[in-house]
Amino acid sequence: MKSSTAMAQPYKRLTPQQRSSKRINYFKRTWMLYLMLVLPMLFFFVFRYIPMGNIIIAFEDYSMFKGIFASPFVGFKWFAQAFQSNDFYNALRNTFVLNILDLIIGFPAPIILAILLNELAFKRYKKVSQTIAYMPHFLSWIIVSALATELLGPSTGVVNTLLISLGMQPIDFLMDKTLWVVTYLFLGVWKEIGWNTIIYLAAITGINAELYEAAEVDGAKRLRKIWHVTLPGLRPTIVVLLIMAMGRILGSEFDRPYALMNPMVLPVADLISTLVYRVGIKSFQFSYTAAIGLFQSVVSVIFLIGSNKIAKRVGDRGIW
Amino acid sequence: MVKSKGTRISDFIIAAIMFLFILVCILPMINLAARSFSSPMAIVHREVSFWPVGFTLESYQYAFRDPAFSRSLIWTVFLTIICTVVSMVMTILCAYPLTYDSLKGKKVFTTIMVLTMYFSAGTIPNYILLKNLDWIDKPWVLIIPNCLSVFNVIILRSFFMGIPESMRESAELDGANPFVVLTKIYLPLSTAVLATLALFYAVGRWNGFSDALMYMTDKRFAPIQLKLYEIIRNLSAIEVQAEGIASNAPAASDGMKAAAVMIATVPILLIYPWLQRYFITGVTVGAEKG
Repeated sequence: MKSSTAMAQPYKRLTPQQRSSKRINYFKRTWMLYLMLVLPMLFFFVFRYIPMGNIIIAFEDYSMFKGIFASPFVGFKWFAQAFQSNDFYNALRNTFVLNILDLIIGFPAPIILAILLNELAFKRYKKVSQTIAYMPHFLSWIIVSALATELLGPSTGVVNTLLISLGMQPIDFLMDKTLWVVTYLFLGVWKEIGWNTIIYLAAITGINAELYEAAEVDGAKRLRKIWHVTLPGLRPTIVVLLIMAMGRILGSEFDRPYALMNPMVLPVADLISTLVYRVGIKSFQFSYTAAIGLFQSVVSVIFLIGSNKIAKRVGDRGIW
Repeated sequence: MVKSKGTRISDFIIAAIMFLFILVCILPMINLAARSFSSPMAIVHREVSFWPVGFTLESYQYAFRDPAFSRSLIWTVFLTIICTVVSMVMTILCAYPLTYDSLKGKKVFTTIMVLTMYFSAGTIPNYILLKNLDWIDKPWVLIIPNCLSVFNVIILRSFFMGIPESMRESAELDGANPFVVLTKIYLPLSTAVLATLALFYAVGRWNGFSDALMYMTDKRFAPIQLKLYEIIRNLSAIEVQAEGIASNAPAASDGMKAAAVMIATVPILLIYPWLQRYFITGVTVGAEKG
């Protein structure tokens, strides 16, 4: 209504008085809306954009006492130092490897679960299964790590109790490097598989029921219907989520590795996020770790743009 | 349509697979609950699996006897309530004006907001800001810096946009200003989505760990996840010794760890199933619009 009059108006000549009274009218109608936006916009400015300005310390020899403006400029010194550091190389490799393994294992898992849930013939059972499947998402990584240590603990954990009663040696899952990686990956799937089915289940609901009926008329059985109707119907959703997941390939969570790691597994468990925390905030090497963080962000954005381009070339709509 | 024999068999196979999946989901929680109610000796002797052995509330009493734990729990309840209220007010204030198509500068405001989803400054620049503001160790550092989630704003805004504009226009003709329209029409119609967002914010604060680890070294304001981390890692007993309060305080037993984790988990497990319908809608809308 309002927008249609606004569209029709520009062709009418207005006198300066009319124009200013129009402006006053607009302001009278909307000043409250601008007032409402003051706090949120101030929030974005202070807590999201000012820190972006602080990124400059990655190119400085920043000292807390001199401040951002007076600290000496050192160019790419910290980036060069990072690339000569074993710790950084290690964290970069771990971030990459763990994220790729996460993608390979964690990405298809909720698709499979969503299809299983959708094929579940007993409605009540389906609802209960869903509720239980969402539960781990609401647990913090601290709690999940506690569950894991209680369950897998070498002296009293149920898993090792079982192994011992079978006459085997107890296994300390979180102290062995390979088993730590396996546990890390498994817990990631365990925590988010149910939650990540929500989007796929919604997409399955949106598939035209006539397609299933037509497939049935053609004599398609369950597996053929999944392959020829459900999966193609999920394709756009899968592509968008895959792009977003690829954009995160060099991103790193903090709570998950930090809650699960211990000094024994640091060589495989240290990610960029935990390295930045340990060296930056704990040991006050702000400029060095800001440079590492900036490197991570830049590579992540490149990955996001790249995977979006690929998706568009393949013929799907991409995320922007 | 009559189901063929093959279809019926596969129905049961799928049901069985789902049953295994459910077991994997809940057995760790059941194991934890069993340990928390078992006698410490039964745990040490590896007698506890999925049912309490030598039922006792000793571990819970022990957990609550640690004054730092009880204090942290009360503080986190308080903190969660404050955070949820602040976040909801901010989210509504941000989402509502952006539903007005006629608002000049709407595109600019939206861009300012959405860009922060793709670009974030990172751990250290954020830390430097809070250090410069002298907010480290202040209680509000756990409230303000993350009080607004763009994702939630987008969910709320797209829900608001689904409310017919004619309702707003007729209220405006009756002389209602935008604030009245918001409180009398928009908010009452959006209770479901508001409840979902409040759940997201509350769970986020209750489970929040890294901001407390980085910005809150003052033990008096340690939220529950930070305290739990210390208990699980046996850090708290060591610290008690260092402070010289109780030099012979034992490290937390496995049973006490389980009880502490249970106490921090049960509130969430009681709330989320009731809001399931709403958060499913919320996630779906967020995925479509975001």
